[in-house]
Amino acid sequence: MSPVTVRTISIEEAVHGKNLAVAQENRARFGNAGVLAANLLSSPGAGKTALLEATLRDTHADMPGAVIVGDLQTDNDAQRLGRWGATAIQVTTGDICHLDAGMVQRAMAELDLASLSVVYLENVGNLVCPTSFDLGESLRVALMSVTEGEDKPLKYPGAFKWADLILVTKIDLADAVGFDRDAALSNLKRVSPAARILEVSSRSGAGMEQWYETLRGRLPARERKP
Amino acid sequence: MHELSLMESALRIATEHAGSAGATRILSVTLRVGALSGVVPEALQFAFDVLREGTAAAGAELHIQHEPVRARCGCSPGDVFETAGSVCVCPRCSAPTADILSGREMDLVSMEVETP
Repeated sequence: MSPVTVRTISIEEAVHGKNLAVAQENRARFGNAGVLAANLLSSPGAGKTALLEATLRDTHADMPGAVIVGDLQTDNDAQRLGRWGATAIQVTTGDICHLDAGMVQRAMAELDLASLSVVYLENVGNLVCPTSFDLGESLRVALMSVTEGEDKPLKYPGAFKWADLILVTKIDLADAVGFDRDAALSNLKRVSPAARILEVSSRSGAGMEQWYETLRGRLPARERKP
Repeated sequence: MHELSLMESALRIATEHAGSAGATRILSVTLRVGALSGVVPEALQFAFDVLREGTAAAGAELHIQHEPVRARCGCSPGDVFETAGSVCVCPRCSAPTADILSGREMDLVSMEVETP
């Protein structure tokens, strides 16, 4: 038998490197098209789809949007969102618990970015896994509904910690569920001191205009043809 | 279990490097995992045990280097402090800070290989 040599190879490479490279391509493509890409994270049932239904309905005239929506199974969400005339592309992730940059890149090839102002990346409902994957967004939004409990941000900090904007959703139900607003806001600020926090209800419309204004303020400059 | 996806990437990087080094076997893989990386070390180990089979890393060991969070606070911008928790509170003024310098990393540091 010939002798074998054991040696150590230094690698020093980020495991997320490949995802990050694709995410940067996505970000450049969105940016060049003048499109705001918003990554929406929350637990299942926090109201991402309802928020987007209301948003697409209310802003389609001045801020046309499309949605890339990830779920493990079914295209129910794409059907709900499609009702408002917006393109909704369903990514069925199978057993994968998050969207990644490659999934978004394949889906965005189906979109006419020139006709859009915002692409909403509705992530798989999950407060853990999606936080590790940059999709190429320029705005990360985390949702927490008043029905989830005030300590959600402390239990699942990752989703909130890296968010630019946090939406406390379903505030029309706050009284009914005995939501402790001060505790919730204090927990959110401890985990994510720099994030902007808005309280909204897709159903009653409360706070929604502020959410739309925030989106408008984040739209990248677009070179308009004369 | 996004650890499976991440470990898949880590093993892909490892086997590529092993291939270009002419290695026949990977004996161990060392990862650096930050306290805010959002991965669970036990889940990484599980993913590694499952995914290494049938690759050059079959039977290899996984070593994990844990990295703390390094952060700064506006009350003393020159000072860098370390913390393990996800609520990064300044030890001087007790305010939570968003000025996080490191702690999200998940890097493939090195590996031990056999070459003929």
